[in-house]
Formats: sequence, structure tokens, C-alpha cells
Amino acid sequence: MARNISYQQAIGEALAQEMERDETVILMGEDVAGGAGSPGEDDAWGGVLGVTKGLYGKFGDRVMDTPITESAFIGAAVGAATSGLRPVAELMFIDFMGVCFDQMFNQAAKFRYMFGGNAETPVVIRTMYGAGFRAAAQHSQCLYPVFTHIPGLKVVTPSTPYDAKGLLIQSIRDNDPVIFCEHKALYTLEGDVPEEAYAIPFGEANVTREGDDVTIVTLGRMLHVAHEAADALAKEKISCEVVDLRTTSPMDTDTIIESVENTGRLVVLDESHPRCSIATDVSAIVAQEAFGALKAPIRMVTAPHVPVPFAENLEDLYIPDAGQVQQAVRTVMGKD
Amino acid sequence: MPLSKDELLKAYRMMKTIREFEERLHVEFATGEIPGFVHLYAGEEASATGFCMHLDDRDKIASNHRGHGHSIGKGCDVDAMMAEIYGRGNGLCGGKGGSMHIADLSKGMMGANGIVGGGSPLACGAALAAKQLGTGGVAISFFGDGASNQGTSMESLNLASVWNLPCIFVVENNGYAEATSSKYSVACDDAADRASAFNMPGVVVDGHDFFAVYEAAGEAVKRAREGKGPTLIECKLNRYYGHFEGDAQTYRGKDEVKNLRATIDCLDRFRAKVTSADLLSEAELDVIDGEVAALIDGSVEKAKAAPMPAPAELLTDVYISY
Ligand SMILES: Cc1ncc(C[n+]2csc(CCOP(=O)(O)OP(=O)(O)O)c2C)c(N)n1
Ligand SMILES: [Mg+2]
Repeated sequence: MARNISYQQAIGEALAQEMERDETVILMGEDVAGGAGSPGEDDAWGGVLGVTKGLYGKFGDRVMDTPITESAFIGAAVGAATSGLRPVAELMFIDFMGVCFDQMFNQAAKFRYMFGGNAETPVVIRTMYGAGFRAAAQHSQCLYPVFTHIPGLKVVTPSTPYDAKGLLIQSIRDNDPVIFCEHKALYTLEGDVPEEAYAIPFGEANVTREGDDVTIVTLGRMLHVAHEAADALAKEKISCEVVDLRTTSPMDTDTIIESVENTGRLVVLDESHPRCSIATDVSAIVAQEAFGALKAPIRMVTAPHVPVPFAENLEDLYIPDAGQVQQAVRTVMGKD
Repeated sequence: MPLSKDELLKAYRMMKTIREFEERLHVEFATGEIPGFVHLYAGEEASATGFCMHLDDRDKIASNHRGHGHSIGKGCDVDAMMAEIYGRGNGLCGGKGGSMHIADLSKGMMGANGIVGGGSPLACGAALAAKQLGTGGVAISFFGDGASNQGTSMESLNLASVWNLPCIFVVENNGYAEATSSKYSVACDDAADRASAFNMPGVVVDGHDFFAVYEAAGEAVKRAREGKGPTLIECKLNRYYGHFEGDAQTYRGKDEVKNLRATIDCLDRFRAKVTSADLLSEAELDVIDGEVAALIDGSVEKAKAAPMPAPAELLTDVYISY
């Protein structure tokens, strides 16, 4: 039975159901058990995101507050994953990967291959990304392209409550390290989510809107911007197909290519910086695999190659918006 | 060395400016006009002041997310700080940084920091530069009990000791890192206990007592200036507001803050001490109170009236190839 719940609740529910199902699933992170050792209410915070609220009460010491020591606790989650647990660690903001990157990309990412297939590292690192909260340069980045670059990591960017639950359950059941990227602007987004547990397989993009003229490939929060643009463009008699990648690694190139072969035009919409990004990656794959189908050069709509500014007007300019997407679509349609 | 009357007045003005700045931000934040995350330093003023009173233009500080007090202590312009917090074009960082990234390199304020534990390595670098260039300067890293657990903090202690740097590490232990208690997160009794492992003095002071902080800071600064190396000082203190503005603080004890304010306010203590010892009069302190209130009023008014950054600023101050 589906109910209308938020992205935040969907993530919390996935965690609770998987912890119920499998007692090797544990959670760790800063304040995820609500603030250990503090004199006030128990479980006062469910992490800063509120996602884990209530889980400490249900699962006790399987939900652990950590000191601020990302290198050690992310690494401990990785080590525990090679030793019989299935940890889900919360790295509060994706920006903080700077503190613990070694454990993610030199350790977790490498074991299975480097040890000749003899290791499994079923760890999930949940982390919050994205601009729009006036949180400035060190709390607003979209760093999933960096993880996507690294073989051995799986990278997930859910755009809806339904996907958040299904993809998180898949992440927990998966035997590889997964970086699960939650956009901070989506936590309050509501949508239909089945009560029962379900897993959405990795590497299956979602065609969220069908159309004939232009393919818009996007992910995460930008899916909603793509839909806004597609709605507006429909009034101009331009029909957009929207493809939500869901996971950037593995990436569903078949669905992208199939769509571009039908429409003949591609706009890639990504909130991260333009260089070495999901936008360049998708563009390169289409240029290589479906060049013959293209009726116009590919357009990328991304944030500019600058850190995220604090001032409200600058941050609003920074984030790609529907107007820019519409402009890019008109350009590939030869209508600008 | 006892403080001169001028120094006492300066210290009081510094503490009071920090307090008023933060109290006012608390009020203004609630109106919804201030964007982003704001972490207030109210309650902790004696720490920034006790240290910064010893510093001059040669010296540098690295701060953290709770950085307004350190910034004021190191001489950042209050109007420009306020404008920055409002995200205005005339802010200290042109509106690009905000509360969490206030910096004024010309004043030796190397930056507040959004990354917990980000400051201490930078302070080591500033101390190294002072040493190499022979400026006689020292560097101070201010960080919290939570940050004291970060790898970068421990690595910096070791590096400063190995390189015998003129660096001072100040753990401002306010009992919490967000909602998590320092009693839980810090494995030793006092964060300062760690100093011995890195072969440097470790000192615990009452961070509500300006005079205690001032004295401990003086010794550490002297030691650093004389080339005798780093010191770790832990100030035990309290924050009067939430981790950030908007924090309901249900993890804190009932009436905890109310009791703290009533019993161990650093400004009240300072006032009681200097007036009972006849060092300063109530009237002299009241004059400062009035001047500070006017300063903060003016800074808020000016910040609200100031223009946003020009849109073209989005693409300045960074190399862009496409
Ligand atoms: C590397 C990193 N991890 C986590 C955070 C989130 N965070 C910001 S402030 C804070 C608590 C810091 O506590 P403490 O060092 O004691 O300073 P206080 O806030 O008490 O002044 C946390 C966890 C961060 N900004 N950077
Ligand atoms: Mg603290």
C-alpha cells in the first residue's frame, strides 16, 4: 500500500526495514543517535537531517553516535563491512568527504578488485549534497562526479521519495561500497511510497517523461527542474523526453542512447560543475555511441565552474534553472 | 603583568562587542532576514578576548564555524562582518562567504571554517611562516571539543611539536559538538590531557574567567614568541544558544542555559571583579555598553540597507576556462 510520505521519511523507513530484516545492518554518524551523553531528551536529533530519528529507540546500540572523526568512523564502517556487518554511515555533508576520502577511494573502492575478488565491502555512505540553502562554499557542493570517477564505488542520486527508499534498500543489500547522495532540497518533497520493502536495481535509468524532440538527461534535484522546463516547452510545442539517471555508477547508457536515437537531440542537466562531470560524461558517451543520430550539437546545462557563493542572489544565479534548460532546448531545436 | 586601565577597558569592550553582536544576531535571525547557518559565540567571549588581547599585527588566528568572536577579537571590522552575514556586496568577503567564512587576511584573521578541524593545520602553516620569516609572530587555532577529536587536530599537535612552531591550540570546550556531549566524545578527562602525548604543555582554564584565560594565554604566547614551541590550552566554557540558530536544544538539560547565564556569565564576572577591586567604575563600563549598543545598531542598519553583490561577482575571483 502506497502512502504519501517525504523523501526524509522514505530514507528513514528504508533504514528501519532493513535493520529489522538483517541484524548485521548498523548505523553510525554524528548525532544519528540523537546526541550521546547529553543531559536532555534521548534521541533529540536524528542526525542533522532528522532521517534517523526514532531508530535509536528501536535498535539501541546498533545506532551509534560518533565523535567528529570522519576518517576514523567512515574507515571503521568500511572495515566492519569487510568483517561481517553491513554498516550505513552518515557523512553529514558530502563536502566533508575531503576529510575521509582515503577510506572511501583508496580503501573501500579498491578491496574487491585489488584482493583478486576475495573481498566484499557492503558499506553504504549516506551523504547530503547540493546548493540552495545559503550554506556557502563548504556545505553546498555536488561532488558525486568525483565518486563516479572511481572504479569500485557505486553512486546513487535519488530524485524522489519512491526512488530514495528503493535505491537505499538496494544499496544496503549490495555487496559493493555505495555512496548514497541525498539532495538537501528534496528532504521535504512528498510522494507515493509503498509501505513494504522493495529494491530498485542499480544501473536502470528512469524515463520519467516521454517525448519526441529532445532528450533531457538529468539526475537528483535537477529532475524536477527538467520537468518544469518540459512543461513550459510543451506549450511551445516542443516535446521533451526526460531521463533520470538514478545511479551515476553504474550508469544506464542503453536507455540514454535509445532515447537520443529517438529524439536526435540531447540536453544534459546537472547541478555540479561543468568540468569532468556527469554532464561531460553523458555527452561523451552519446557523442561516441550515437553521433549519427544527433541532429544538433549536445548542450550542457550546469552550475558554473565556481565555488557555491553565499549571497542569496548569487546562489540563485548559480543553480541551474528551468529557464536555462528551456534556452538550451530551443538551441538544439534551432529555435533560438 | 597586571593589566593597565586602558587594557581593561579594551578587554571589556571586546567582550561586550562580541556579546552584543551575537545577541543581536539571535534576534535578527529570528526575523528570517539572515540567510544560512549562524553559530553564535555568546557565553564564550572570555576565551577569544583573553587570547586576542595578547596579539598584534604579526599574529594570525585560524577560527572555526563559531567564528564571530574570534573575528572581532582579531580586529575585523564589525560593520563589514555584519554586512557579510547579511550576504551584502560590501561584506568582508563581498557576500561570498557568510557567517561561516568570515575572514580578513589583512588583520591576521585566516578565516572562520565550515570544516570541523580545518583550522589547525592552517595555523601550523602560519606559525611556520612566522618562524621562517622571523616575524616574531605566533599563530592560534581556536577549535571546539568536537573538533579536538578530528585527525587533523591531533596531526597538527604533533607537527607543531616536531617543528617546534610558535603555535597555540585553543580547545573551546563548551560541552557539546552539536547535540553530542564532550563527555562522550572525548576519550580523556580533559582534551588538554592530550598535550603530554605530543610533548607540549597542556593547560585547563576556566573559560568564563577572562583573567584566567588572559594569564594562561600570556604564558603560551610568550613561550611561542621565545621559540619554545606550541601549547595546548583548553577553555571550559558554555554556549548560550543552540548549536546553530534554529536549534531547539532538547538535548540540553532543563534550565541549563538559564542557570549558566545567572551564575557564570563572563561579562558579569569581569564587571564584578574590576569594580570590587576599584580598577574600573560601573559608570565607565556603562559608557562602553552604550557605545557598543550603538555600534551594533548601526551595523545592522547599514547591513540591511546595503546592496546585494553585483550579479557579475558570481564569476569573479576564480579561474574559469568554460
Ligand atoms: C568535517 C566536518 N564534520 C562535521 C561537521 C558538522 N559540524 C559542524 S559544527 C559541528 C560540531 C562542532 O563541535 P565543536 O568542535 O565542539 O564546536 P562547537 O560547535 O561546540 O563550538 C559539527 C559536527 C563539519 N562542519 N565538518
Ligand atoms: Mg563544542
